Amino acid sequence: MSTVPLFTDESWQMPSKGKVAMLSLIIGECGIFGIFLAAYIFYLGHNLSGPTPSILDVPVFNTVCLLSSSLTIWLAERAIERGEIRKFGALWGLTILLGLEFITGTALEWYALIYRDGLTISTNLFGTTFYSLVGLHATHVVVGLVGLTTIMIFTLLGKVRQEHAHRVQVFALYWHFVDAVWVVVFTVVYLVGR
Amino acid sequence: MADQPVPIAGPLEVAYPTRGTFLEWLHSWVTTVDHKKIGIMYIVYSLFFMMVAGAEAMLIRIQLAIPNNHAISPEMYNELFTMHGTTMVFLVGMPILFGLANYIVPLQIGARDMAFPRLNAFSFWLTAFGGFLLYYSFIGGFGLYGMGNAPDAGWFAYAPLTLRSFSPGHSIDYWAAALILSGFGTLGTAINIIATTLSMRCRGMTLMRMPLFTWLLLVVSGLTLVTITPLTAAQVMLLLDRYAGAHFFDAQAGGSPLLWIHFFWVFGHPEVYVLVLPAFAVANEVIPVFSRKAIFGYPAMVAASVGIGFTSLAVWAHHMFTVGMSAAGNSFFVLSTMVVGIFTGIKMFNWLATMWGGSIRFATPMLFCIGFLFQFLIAGLTGIMLAAAPWDWQLHNSYFLIAHFHYVLVGAIVMCIFAAVYYWYPKAMGRRLSETLGKWHFWVFVIGFHMTFDTMHFVGFLGMPRSIYTYEADRGWNTLNMVISIGAFIQTIGVLIFAWNLVYSYFYGEEAGSDPWDAWTLEWATPSPPPVYNFATEPEVRSRRPLWDIKHPQDPDWKYEP
Repeated sequence: MSTVPLFTDESWQMPSKGKVAMLSLIIGECGIFGIFLAAYIFYLGHNLSGPTPSILDVPVFNTVCLLSSSLTIWLAERAIERGEIRKFGALWGLTILLGLEFITGTALEWYALIYRDGLTISTNLFGTTFYSLVGLHATHVVVGLVGLTTIMIFTLLGKVRQEHAHRVQVFALYWHFVDAVWVVVFTVVYLVGR
Repeated sequence: MADQPVPIAGPLEVAYPTRGTFLEWLHSWVTTVDHKKIGIMYIVYSLFFMMVAGAEAMLIRIQLAIPNNHAISPEMYNELFTMHGTTMVFLVGMPILFGLANYIVPLQIGARDMAFPRLNAFSFWLTAFGGFLLYYSFIGGFGLYGMGNAPDAGWFAYAPLTLRSFSPGHSIDYWAAALILSGFGTLGTAINIIATTLSMRCRGMTLMRMPLFTWLLLVVSGLTLVTITPLTAAQVMLLLDRYAGAHFFDAQAGGSPLLWIHFFWVFGHPEVYVLVLPAFAVANEVIPVFSRKAIFGYPAMVAASVGIGFTSLAVWAHHMFTVGMSAAGNSFFVLSTMVVGIFTGIKMFNWLATMWGGSIRFATPMLFCIGFLFQFLIAGLTGIMLAAAPWDWQLHNSYFLIAHFHYVLVGAIVMCIFAAVYYWYPKAMGRRLSETLGKWHFWVFVIGFHMTFDTMHFVGFLGMPRSIYTYEADRGWNTLNMVISIGAFIQTIGVLIFAWNLVYSYFYGEEAGSDPWDAWTLEWATPSPPPVYNFATEPEVRSRRPLWDIKHPQDPDWKYEP
């Protein structure tokens, strides 16, 4: 943001408003995920019929891709901070590819669940809670990808410069959250709940 | 500049451009990103809906005034109490707190605007759209059938009544969609207030020098982040149940209506504190100024507010004692609820200690705050009574419960909203509200309030349950219900005096000047109304009462504060 320095004396420092706002948004998002996770855990083993969580395959490759995208975006943040725009663009593009891989993997998983196992959101409680929880996360990944792609387009147009490092880092916080919350969803759905 | 840190009014009085055409005027409001204009729009919006929901309450009281009455149809009655509750909580309580926060917080911390002005405008218009969408259901709730059907499942919308088999048509969809939309607006504003208070404070305004109003709004906004989102999540689940064939709350497929009750009160109880903490915030400003003393126990007030914020997240199931829980669950929620009483007790005593020995000025804002102290004490005591599970088993969902929470919502929150409007109206409009009309408003309203809500406790004891359409004449509730209804009528007169005062004083009120109450926080250092940029030069503060320091250079506060 164009924060005009109001004081010449540097001793009066306030926290970055962008980061404060993004962290607040993340706290709010935790409320939404918390409720969907609570519903998932509450209904584990309450199915009256149909497929149970044992039909799930653990998406190891997907998870590795998504989690490593946190690393690439962090490297990209460091690159733009130092003004290495070409390196930033490459790492940012890699992050998008890893995110796309994840969302494609989820799509294939859902395709198999729907057409091979006959599990839809209305089949039973497992279907209801699984699709809504994983779908909530997938929605966040899609929103993140839209944001990432927007910044990528500006990078390719040559509009992103070193001075935008702070804004890029604020956005990257969101992507880190999307990755971190996947660790929780993954643990609950694929490790504990299966 | 070091000796004269805060710019005081005088050189700052600016000439306002003369009024343009109506379209220019409208354009300036619709496209504004100025925190003061958005704040005023929030407040006007919520005062408008306060009138609407008040009218709904009057219709309810007309229906209940005499036994076996059929003034309105039973279907209409269900819609009225649902819309009254939903409106008062979501379209009055929350917008007015965000309106006050929008107007006051940047001025109090010496900022020129909120952290994100465009997000601010966006959030307001989302909230406003949500409110009008909810009311559109009166004419459009039955979808293509062309007949109106407002939500009628209670403001808590318990499942399975809200599922498609029991609530066909679109009334519940309007309820969920409108509140999801205004919920996003709320989230945006809460984020904005947090970013503003943490990142936009003027030089020298450390957290422990922040005015308590701003402190409490910071706590409220933090609480809002984790309060409104569970409701949004639960309403998304409800819509999935209704439209995608999901089974979250569908008992026939193994789902659990109980889960909805938990999710709703995980939102619903912290929400009460989201609404009442701004009332405390107003009292924190008004009581010291009109007692001519600095607030007593500032650090304890901050700690108690943060304490209430955290404790309120762990008390939700005290709404569910009659649903049936284990003894351990009951005990936990009884005790956690009573802990809230400790924090509010700290606040009560600090307010009383602030008034103790002060030279109190009984202006209208102070009258409302004194009414608040008295009524909030009673509300707190009945709250502790209801927090005891065995007592709650007897009186849950009776009129005793209704009386208790209306004592909080009207006796505390609405009283403080009135106090806030009387206190800050001169700042926003440049003219004072009429004191004569204000005193009439106060006394008429207080008399009506006590006739209505004191009496409600007794019909509750006599066994009258909430949300009933009518009752038989032989229950012994007749006289009391008539008294309640007459009290509601008197309160309406009080509110109409208030509305008249708002309009009358806008044109004929006494010129306020920049600091009509001889107050101490930074908003009174700007002209009334403040210019778009608030402060011509960035203020600098050295204590909790920056204006006191300027007015009393021989005896400034910062000599005594740590």
